Amino acid sequence: MTAAQPAQAQKPGAGPPKLEVLGITKLFPGVVANKDIDLALHEGEILALLGENGAGKSTLMNIIYGLYQPTEGQIRVDGSPVEMHSPRDAIDLGIGMVHQHFQLVPVMSVVDNIMLGSESVDRGLLDRQSVSAQIQELSERYNMAVDPNSIIEDLPVGVQQRVEILKALYRNAEILILDEPTSVLTPQEIEGLFEVMELLRSQGKSIIFITHKLKEVLRVADRIAVLRRGEMVGEADPATTSQENLAALMVGRRVTLEMEKEPASAGDVLLQLRDVEAHTDLGEPALRGVSLDVRAGEIVGVAGVQGNGQTELVEVVTGLRPATGGSVLINGVDMTNASPRRITEEGAICHVPEDRHMYGMVDAYSVADNLVLSAYYKKPFSSGLTMNEQAIAQHAEELVARFDVRTPSVRTSGASLSGGNQQKMVVAREFGRPIRLLVAAQPTRGIDVGSIEFIHSQIVAKRDEGIAVLLVSYELDEIMALSDRIAVMFHGRISAVLPRSQATREKIGLLMAGVSVEDEANS
Amino acid sequence: MATASSTTGITRTLRALLIPSLALLAALLAGAVVMILSGDDPMAAYSGLFKGAFGDGKGWARTVRKTIPFVLTGLSVALAFKVSLFNIGASGQFVMGSVFAVAVGINFEGLPVYIHLPLALLAGIAGGMLWGAIPGILKVYTGAHEVIVTIMLNYVASLFGGWTVYAGGTQGQTPGPLWDRTAGAISETPDVLHSAQIPWLFGPPYRVHYGVFLALAAAILVWWLIFKTPLGFEMRTVGHNMRAARYAGIRVNFTIILTMALAGGLAGLAGAIETLGLNHKFAPEFGGAVGFDGITVALLGQTHPIGVLLAAFMFGALDGGAATMQFESGVPADIIQIIQALVLAFVAAPLIIRMIFRLRQQTDQDAGSAVNTSWGGA
Repeated sequence: MTAAQPAQAQKPGAGPPKLEVLGITKLFPGVVANKDIDLALHEGEILALLGENGAGKSTLMNIIYGLYQPTEGQIRVDGSPVEMHSPRDAIDLGIGMVHQHFQLVPVMSVVDNIMLGSESVDRGLLDRQSVSAQIQELSERYNMAVDPNSIIEDLPVGVQQRVEILKALYRNAEILILDEPTSVLTPQEIEGLFEVMELLRSQGKSIIFITHKLKEVLRVADRIAVLRRGEMVGEADPATTSQENLAALMVGRRVTLEMEKEPASAGDVLLQLRDVEAHTDLGEPALRGVSLDVRAGEIVGVAGVQGNGQTELVEVVTGLRPATGGSVLINGVDMTNASPRRITEEGAICHVPEDRHMYGMVDAYSVADNLVLSAYYKKPFSSGLTMNEQAIAQHAEELVARFDVRTPSVRTSGASLSGGNQQKMVVAREFGRPIRLLVAAQPTRGIDVGSIEFIHSQIVAKRDEGIAVLLVSYELDEIMALSDRIAVMFHGRISAVLPRSQATREKIGLLMAGVSVEDEANS
Repeated sequence: MATASSTTGITRTLRALLIPSLALLAALLAGAVVMILSGDDPMAAYSGLFKGAFGDGKGWARTVRKTIPFVLTGLSVALAFKVSLFNIGASGQFVMGSVFAVAVGINFEGLPVYIHLPLALLAGIAGGMLWGAIPGILKVYTGAHEVIVTIMLNYVASLFGGWTVYAGGTQGQTPGPLWDRTAGAISETPDVLHSAQIPWLFGPPYRVHYGVFLALAAAILVWWLIFKTPLGFEMRTVGHNMRAARYAGIRVNFTIILTMALAGGLAGLAGAIETLGLNHKFAPEFGGAVGFDGITVALLGQTHPIGVLLAAFMFGALDGGAATMQFESGVPADIIQIIQALVLAFVAAPLIIRMIFRLRQQTDQDAGSAVNTSWGGA
């Protein structure tokens, strides 16, 4: 806590605040999303806004961007109070926002996307030429190469993000809000983004950088503000603080960031993938011959940038997506294209799905019903014709206690739990039954640090029980922290499998970007 | 704990009743405006309506009689809704149920009532199930949307029903297989045999048959199926989140086909009951308009079996009192159809009701989800 400084601390040399947030409170019925928040952003500064999911970061940014009206408090730009009723007002005040989910039209060109909403017109016609020239100029000035005429959907995610930033700059943004910009990037792309941010700063732009990744904050921010449960709990100077301090500030208690675990003692091969092929929902090839073994008592982490076939891989293994080629063997039995129920029962698989709202839970169901989602038909939950509500409730009480799911009651609807507790609910259901193979996709996506810690320790505990674990994550830190072996996926293939000891962030990062490192990787 | 949950249960029930009740009220008010605009007296009309529906034993009988088919077609639509399927085909399923039931009911002379009547009812259910299963199968295997298919099958059923009683014999053409040869040029079936008629609970002039218990039993059975059985759990899971259902190992395709078949069976039963209990024959004019009203009833009843019972009773009363209303106040009975249509409009657009009655958005859940989306990106 020594790093925490008074909220009004100013960076030496930074002029008057560009943007001030004074006593902002935002109430939603029954929830205080933001409570009396003060924040100042100076010209030419990168301010990191750190906080867990649900801490109120997005609410605050949506207020600054004119999407929400604050219940109380004031926003000042260049010293004068402003009132914003829509993003249009914010844009006019020189505020630009790059959303976590890009607001681009995939089938339109870069030029069209950038001018969308502020079209430049020449004698009644769209003036693409001059806009294109302006984009060229901007992209040169800020070192963000992009071809104005290319179509958005053909561009890699990192370039799409550049288009978003250029769009804000084209609208003369002086203040840029970047909402979780690194979540879709490879380590190398992240470094590239940071360089652009530094360049923008050097030219006088002010940036609010929203994230929950501590390393990145320390790398790029001039100042760090931490939100917890809607309140500003402190500011920190990256020069003097540490990841541990920041994590403690964010969560409100000490947390262990490094997972301590014994070396794996791997046994028999439990999951065997041989040249597995599969298509995306659109019928395009997603898996182009994936071969991978997972042994009992080891965690194999699949690293890679989102969209390289990881989702499809998990779905094929769990029977949710048909394999168009190759074979899936579970415990020596061919389970290629078996039904999900057969795989769950005979394969003794449990599956923590990538998107809990899509697969893992029924939002409208109670916690108790969600906890029997994969066993509702079995005794004692169902006896022939009727469901046994008492047994279901009792089962839920046990799991809720064992896995520390914080819920007012087991009758509460799943949707009303926090993200971390929803995930713990899914984990409780899947871990709470006898299994041999655990397939965990993004098991800690969008949840708080405390829950991450808990789920990670549960995964390691399963491994130590001799269970084979296939872990898919887009967070390289998670892969590095848990895996005994790391498989890197690129473009529907496993490009390399490295023992944890040989896997460096750099090596993995290159593999994730599709660079072949056969010369370097000796395994 | 127990008291807390029972209170929330009561508030939830009250909240569920709030919007439909206000929708009905708003529709009655709007109907009054229409009457005033056309120079009629809404007070006289509504008192006539009430008298017609509940004024005496015959009024009550009319209301109950009209309620029965609404219950079953309402349940049909509501059951499908639970699986996120939109069954617009209750009308056609009703016709198929009528035709199948009458085909059994006019044949098999000499069977005892305890065999003939159940057989005829089952035939009606089977006809409806068949007509419901077809869109289910087409949806699962070809992706054809059930709304389109059920609408088209309504026409097919209606034309099929007409063909079965086609009185072509008079012009030397082949008549329909169920046509009553003694009926001359009239297209209708012979009367259902006594052994296949649903007995009167209260005979003429009240004309309320035992089908009222079948409708009640169907509502309870559907409630039990949806909320108490593993099959109902599967159906609701498919309805809420098809992906989660597949994840949970539920046979989604089978569930969809089965649900559509069961929904069709309920509408088919409605047709069978009307035919065997009331009309005692089938003719094209005993068509399936009541099937379309099932959509309104299901929505007004918040797709809950008990809600459907209440909504069906409401519609039964409106229909039951319509004639008396016209007789006593001179307001055309057609105004009732306008009111019923307005009910649908208001139920389907709860936002309008909230605006008219200045209701706040439902508290915790709606607000919670709003907050969740805003925080989800953080």
